[in-house]
Amino acid sequence: MAQHQVNYASSAGLPIALTSVDKLVNWGRSNSLWPLTYGLACCAIEMMASGASRYDFDRMGTIFRASPRQADVMILAGTLSKKHSEFARRLYDQMTEPKWVISMGSCANTGGMFNTYATVQGVDRIIPVDIYLPGCAPRPETLQYAMMMLQKKIRRESADMKKNTKQDLTTQTGKRARLI
Amino acid sequence: MRKYVPKDNVQKKAYYTDRYHVVPTVPQSEVKSGLYFDTILTTLGDAVNFSSIQLGQLVIHINPEDNFQVMKTLKESCGYLQCSEQSAVDYLAKDNEFELFWQLLNVSVAKRIRVHCRLANGAAIESIEPLFKSANFAEREMFDMFGIKVNNHPFLKRILMPDDWEGHPLLKTYPLHGDEFASWYEVDKIFGKEYRDIIGPENRDPAKIDIEDTKRFSRVGYEVPFGTEYNGEEENDIEYSETALVNYNKKTSKQLDERR
Repeated sequence: MAQHQVNYASSAGLPIALTSVDKLVNWGRSNSLWPLTYGLACCAIEMMASGASRYDFDRMGTIFRASPRQADVMILAGTLSKKHSEFARRLYDQMTEPKWVISMGSCANTGGMFNTYATVQGVDRIIPVDIYLPGCAPRPETLQYAMMMLQKKIRRESADMKKNTKQDLTTQTGKRARLI
Repeated sequence: MRKYVPKDNVQKKAYYTDRYHVVPTVPQSEVKSGLYFDTILTTLGDAVNFSSIQLGQLVIHINPEDNFQVMKTLKESCGYLQCSEQSAVDYLAKDNEFELFWQLLNVSVAKRIRVHCRLANGAAIESIEPLFKSANFAEREMFDMFGIKVNNHPFLKRILMPDDWEGHPLLKTYPLHGDEFASWYEVDKIFGKEYRDIIGPENRDPAKIDIEDTKRFSRVGYEVPFGTEYNGEEENDIEYSETALVNYNKKTSKQLDERR
C-alpha cells in the first residue's frame, strides 16, 4: 500500500521519463551540432556573424570547431573552386559519423553567378548535402533557420545512421533530364 | 536573352557587334624634345622602336629580346624602382603573337612608363625577376594564364590554377565554361573517371527544370507528393475555383458575354 500519493499527471510525479532510443539519441545529436569552422568566400562573413554574440549560435548548442574530427556539420559557405574541391571532400571524409552538410548560398548550391571553368557547379557534385540554403549571401537569421531545419531533420531520423539515406550523388544528375 | 551564337572561333569572326559602341581611343602625342621623357628616350637609345605620350605616360615599344636590358636601364639609370603591373594580351588569332606589357613607376618624380613588346607564339621571354621582385608572381600568372614561358625565372609554375591543370584559361580560344578536362576536373580527381557516368555532366543552364525530379520541382497541374516516382503522366488541366466571379473552367467566354 502506497505511503504517498503519486500524481502521475504532474511533471514532478515520478523521476522517470519514458522515451525511445531514437528520440533520446536524436535529442542529443540535434542539440549539440558542432559545425566545422570552414569559410570559402563572402558567405563565411555571415557565418561568422551567426556565430558571434548578436545572433549567438551558442544558445542552440552550435559551437564552431576548428577540427573536422570534432565536427558534426559542415557548412559549405561560399564559392567552391575546382582547385579546392579535393580539399573540401577530404575534410568531409575526415569528419566522423554522424555528419551532415549545409550548402550555404547560391555559389555552393549551384555555382551561382560563377558560371565559369574554375568553379564547381554545385557542391552536391562531390558531397551529399542535407540542407540547401539559398541567398547571396544568406543573412545570419537564415543560417540559423537552416540549422533549425537540420535539427528538425535529425529528430525525424533513425538513431542508427545506417538506416538513414544520404543524398545519393548518383541519382542527382545522372538521370535523364528533360526540359519543360 | 540574346540569341545563342557559337563562340568557337571568336577572333576570326565577330559574333556580336554593337552598332553604337565606339572604341575609346586615347589621344597620343609625340615626345617633345627637351622635356623629361625625352631624356629617358635618349638614355634608352636604339632599343626603343616606337614612343608616344598617352595620358601623361610614356609608352615605348621594344623588341622582346631587349626587355631585360631596357628594364635594367630604366631601373638603375632613370629611377623606375617599381614594376606595378605586368601581363600579356592574346593576339594569336590576329597576328599569332602575344603583346606583353610592363608598367613602371618612378615614385620620386611621380612618372609612369609603359613598356610594350610583341612576342611570337611559342617564344620565351627573359625574366625581370632579378630587377623587380613583383615580377615573380606576375610572370607565374602570365605562364599560368597564357602559357608564355619565362627564362631564368626562379620558380616557374602555375599560380592560380591547380598544378595538374590542362590549358591556359586567359587564351581567347579557351571556352568560358571550360573544356572537357575542366568540366570533369573535380570528379576525375576525387572519385575517378569511372564516376563520370554516375555523377553526370555539369548543369550550366540556370533555368534547367527536371520534369522527373519531384523532390526539387513541382509542376502546376501535376502536383505529386515529395519524392514520388515520375510515371510519365500527362499534365492535368488547371482547375480554377468555381466560387470566383467568373468561372474560368468554362472553355467559352459565354459567361463574360452574358455579363457584358
